[in-house]
Amino acid sequence: MEIIFFYLVAFVVVVSGFLVILCKSPINSALGLVNTFFCLAIFYVMLHAPFMAAIQIMVYAGAIMVLILFVIMLLNLGTAARKRYTQGIVWSAIASLMVLVNVVFFLKRGRVTGAEGDVTAFMVESVGHTELIGRTMFTEFILPFEIASILLLVAIVGAVVLAKKEV
Amino acid sequence: MITVYHYMGVAGILFAMGTYGVLTRRNAIVIFMCIELMLNSVNLTFISLSTHLQNMDGQIFVFFIMAVAAAEAAVGLALMITFYRNRESIDVDDMNMLKW
Repeated sequence: MEIIFFYLVAFVVVVSGFLVILCKSPINSALGLVNTFFCLAIFYVMLHAPFMAAIQIMVYAGAIMVLILFVIMLLNLGTAARKRYTQGIVWSAIASLMVLVNVVFFLKRGRVTGAEGDVTAFMVESVGHTELIGRTMFTEFILPFEIASILLLVAIVGAVVLAKKEV
Repeated sequence: MITVYHYMGVAGILFAMGTYGVLTRRNAIVIFMCIELMLNSVNLTFISLSTHLQNMDGQIFVFFIMAVAAAEAAVGLALMITFYRNRESIDVDDMNMLKW
């Protein structure tokens, strides 16, 4: 039962990914990307990571996509953006197929192993995913967390400075 | 039974599609969206491996990737607005002012 659901969601992910890369209008690409984000959130729930699914929807499908849609509508891209370019399609297809063949080759040949931790699915259900994330982040990863806050501050200042008419 | 290989296969397909989009499209915003697609496929890999190995660190990585992607979105879109103001286009073929 679960595997049928998995294949259904995977099919929707691939189709909406094709929408992103093949649609002529940027708005349609953006809508396909939102669909992809939602399907990935479903995957995260199936992988026992509900907090990640929540912030996937809030940060990606909410914040980042609203920003992208704002810019698309603000720039009012007319016919200039719809020019069709055909050169380079063959080589790009070959390059991306090589990436795919690489992934399939290593997945077929290799085995995924590593040092196993102690966070089982049962523990996630009994303790709570958010609490586990918080515990790890605010003890082991406190320094990267602070650096990320400085990065976001710099990004805010940079965006304001870049988008202002005259500084 | 869904294994970790299924998820990594989906992530590989998404990454390949993102590569194709980045290489073929000429609209800077669509290229940006394809990069987001590739970042998301990497996020899926991280979370599936994190669940498979029963370790929390991969999900913390995904958290930081999301923070960096948000910062990148803000700065990148501001750059596109500035470029559009100067050249009336966001076609990457027009971005040749630094070309010798």
